[in-house]
Amino acid sequence: MPDNETLIPKIGVITDVRIDTPDVKTFRVVTPDGKKAFDHKPGQCAMLSIPGVGEAMFSITSSPTNTEYMEFSIKKCGCVTDWLHQAETGQQITIRGPYGRPFPVEEVFKGKDLLFIAGGIGLAPLRSVINYCRHFRENYGKIDIVYGSRSKDDLVDYKEIIDEWVKDENIFVHLTIDNPQDGWDGHVGFVPNYVKELNFDTNKTVIVCGPPIMIKFTLEGLCSMGFDKTQVYTTMELKMKCGVGKCGRCNIGAKYVCKDGPVFRCDELDELPDEY
Amino acid sequence: MRKCELTSLDKVFEKISSLSSLYLPVHQKNGAEFKKWEKGVKMSDALNTNRSAKDFFFPQAENLMEFKTEGKNIEVIDTRKENEDFVLFGVKACDVKSFEILDRVFLVDPVDTFYKARREKGVIISLACNRPSETCFCSSFGIDASNPEGDISSWMDDTNIYFKANTEKGEKLLSSLSDVTKECDDSSADNQKQKIKEILNKLPLKDLDLSEFGKDKTEKFFDAPQWKELSDTCLGCGTCTFVCPTCQCYDIKDFKTNDGVIRFRCWDSCMYSDFTKMAHGNSRLTQLERFRQRFMHKLVYYPTNNDGLFSCVGCGRCLSKCPISMNIVKVMKALGGKQDARQ
Amino acid sequence: MQKITQKMLIDKAVSLLDNGTVTKVLGWMEGQFKYDVSPFVFKSKEALEKGFVFNHFCGANVSKYLVKETKKDEGKILVFLKPCDTYSFSQLVTENRIKKENVYVVGIPCDGMMDISKVKEISGDGIIDIEFKDDKINVKTLYDGDKEINANDALLERCSNCKSKKCVYYDELMGENGEVSDSNRFDEVEKLEKMSEEERFNFWQNELSRCIRCNACRDVCPACTCEKCVFDNPKSGVENKAIADSFEEKMFHIIRAFHVAGRCTDCGECSRVCPQNIPLHLLNRKFIKDINSFYGDYQAGEEIGNRAPLVDYTLDDIEPNEGVMKGDEEDA
Repeated sequence: MPDNETLIPKIGVITDVRIDTPDVKTFRVVTPDGKKAFDHKPGQCAMLSIPGVGEAMFSITSSPTNTEYMEFSIKKCGCVTDWLHQAETGQQITIRGPYGRPFPVEEVFKGKDLLFIAGGIGLAPLRSVINYCRHFRENYGKIDIVYGSRSKDDLVDYKEIIDEWVKDENIFVHLTIDNPQDGWDGHVGFVPNYVKELNFDTNKTVIVCGPPIMIKFTLEGLCSMGFDKTQVYTTMELKMKCGVGKCGRCNIGAKYVCKDGPVFRCDELDELPDEY
Repeated sequence: MRKCELTSLDKVFEKISSLSSLYLPVHQKNGAEFKKWEKGVKMSDALNTNRSAKDFFFPQAENLMEFKTEGKNIEVIDTRKENEDFVLFGVKACDVKSFEILDRVFLVDPVDTFYKARREKGVIISLACNRPSETCFCSSFGIDASNPEGDISSWMDDTNIYFKANTEKGEKLLSSLSDVTKECDDSSADNQKQKIKEILNKLPLKDLDLSEFGKDKTEKFFDAPQWKELSDTCLGCGTCTFVCPTCQCYDIKDFKTNDGVIRFRCWDSCMYSDFTKMAHGNSRLTQLERFRQRFMHKLVYYPTNNDGLFSCVGCGRCLSKCPISMNIVKVMKALGGKQDARQ
Repeated sequence: MQKITQKMLIDKAVSLLDNGTVTKVLGWMEGQFKYDVSPFVFKSKEALEKGFVFNHFCGANVSKYLVKETKKDEGKILVFLKPCDTYSFSQLVTENRIKKENVYVVGIPCDGMMDISKVKEISGDGIIDIEFKDDKINVKTLYDGDKEINANDALLERCSNCKSKKCVYYDELMGENGEVSDSNRFDEVEKLEKMSEEERFNFWQNELSRCIRCNACRDVCPACTCEKCVFDNPKSGVENKAIADSFEEKMFHIIRAFHVAGRCTDCGECSRVCPQNIPLHLLNRKFIKDINSFYGDYQAGEEIGNRAPLVDYTLDDIEPNEGVMKGDEEDA
């Protein structure tokens, strides 16, 4: 099989399933001979499929600096994800990729203070970038992470956040949940409001991902705080089938989210027709 | 240039099909369709085929691979066979141009190897249109129906057919037809070209104004008020997309068989309500948005990505096939502000 | 019989708009070549005068649009319905798909609508103009000069086998109402019934193999008004848009024929719109013919509120095995 086959996938084996939240699991995937399926960059995606069930695009949540395996944090919300949630270790799936334009971690983020803002499963694509920046810590300035979810139980990667991220020097993690909860003494409130409360200085590059409504209000908040849209990056999700800009599904204006995205700078989004 | 008397055209067909499979428009109960030539098969004199010639490179449905599953294990089986050489005869100027439009999608990096394998195996013999229809508007897109592109171009008058090779592939095929064709000068073919040009000048849709459309016009047309009325009675079927030689959207689906799974791709249509439907929402909720997508893609988005080239060739199939007679010409006229009867 | 002209319809529409009876008008919008008219909702006198057409090519059955239009809170809509369209209309009202109180139906007589592809078979291609006369058209072409064509020589299939010239529902009638016709519409079905199983299978295989799954037949069909079609539901197992093997496409048309059985009024839109010219109406007509022979003559849409035999149990109903035997006898 030629290497440049775009639609024909490789086999992947699920070697670990971690339960993150009631509806999110993180799957570790390697090739049948135990290697990483392919190299990728932070923010890129892969097509996973189960023959007979379907194929879908997921962001790769593990960092490119992890050379042993890839991880995918997947929320249960459709045919493919329902099936994956029932899968056990040792289960084979198919995998192809990497797809899409990554975050400009080298070209733009280098040397800058970074502010990550995520809501719910929106942390998944950012985790790859955060861990990449942690790996090359000396290349980046101060890192702030604002992450919120409906409840404490819905915070994805909670263990990694507590055990690793908050312990890092010069990384500041700000967690919030929507409503008060027993056993939670952290912040309570929606992400966009918390971002405003934290009153960050505007000398930062911002990476935001979450439900569309959260992105919308966060962006409005950032702009009112004096951030420019050219400082803010986000990653999008639309229906995709081919992953290579041909099947036409993720087309918005003259762009294809699968190849021109999924990472967009927010001022680039303004140039797209309002159809996402 | 080489020629052959129409009365011995079968000899040309016979010679070509001795070298590779030959497909040409054949009269069927439902109109002309490309069919494999064999002895006795007559070429249709219809202007164009019901379905476009894109089927040869991008078929309605094709198997991509098979899977066998056993327990937790999966095996991916590449089921492709070597594509055979084939010749497409009698492709009209519009359809020939459509291949370039498809190439710019399927052959750009990363190359679609399924498409490429077929494209490389096909030799295109185009045929100038002696009797274009009132629904033809290829000239609006800079396509000359009197002088079609292709590996070999051909012209037919009352007595002869004339061939001119344009590419290496074409030269090779034409030189293999030396027994059944004769050397000739360009005058008769030029004469026929001239006749066709005169007819093209009389076509009712020859003067479509495209100057308003093209690259970077998204903002100008996206929120145009005309979309609502234009799309209001659209049935949301896929006829226009499926008869269109340049529509190339597809779906990938799995089909369970008795002993495995076949993953296939098939034509899909942005006119369908589920085209952009995901587990948690749909970015194009109404027919207006889907209808707009199709025409914006042809008239604005595609040109933006392809040096201004429109993704319509004016073949007129959507004009004659749309169940409600809505089509790209009416859209262009309404958006361009010309001959707009709508209030 | 009084001839209905475009002007009469426009005048009627304008007066109903003016006196406030209706707020919009569902009719046919002028095209580019006289024959390519599109269904359209007109909202003003100016729009009507500029674009409303009524000619021999207004075959489109617009009754299905009323499902969508009457849901809008925009006042009453005027619709001009040809006799066969009124059957679709009353069937849709029976199925509670149209809010009748939001519609003002003007029934119009019809002598049959023309099929442009049949016209072109006679006139040749390159039509640059068409002049309309009562029962003929004069076609001007680029290649073969002018041709006068009798409307009856190039009718849509459904019109050449017209089942009824009677408007079965209207608020107002223009001209005189016609009668149910003595139609030969089952002749083709009978021919199919007389074929051997193998011949019949080959016939349908040949026809249905051309299907491109564009869904035009479904989307135009007044009997197909489900909010969520089974073919759009990934969980139905039949939603594949194209052939994975050739069986799929047959399933599509057979499932569809079963779904509309007993409700299909034989309006013929499926065959009119098929881009591949598949005679889909023959599937539906076979069902109608069988229903007639099993339960007595029944015409869907003939009267608002009619219960179709398939959904109306009576003690006299034919037993399933009798139906099979009866079918076999007729096949023999």
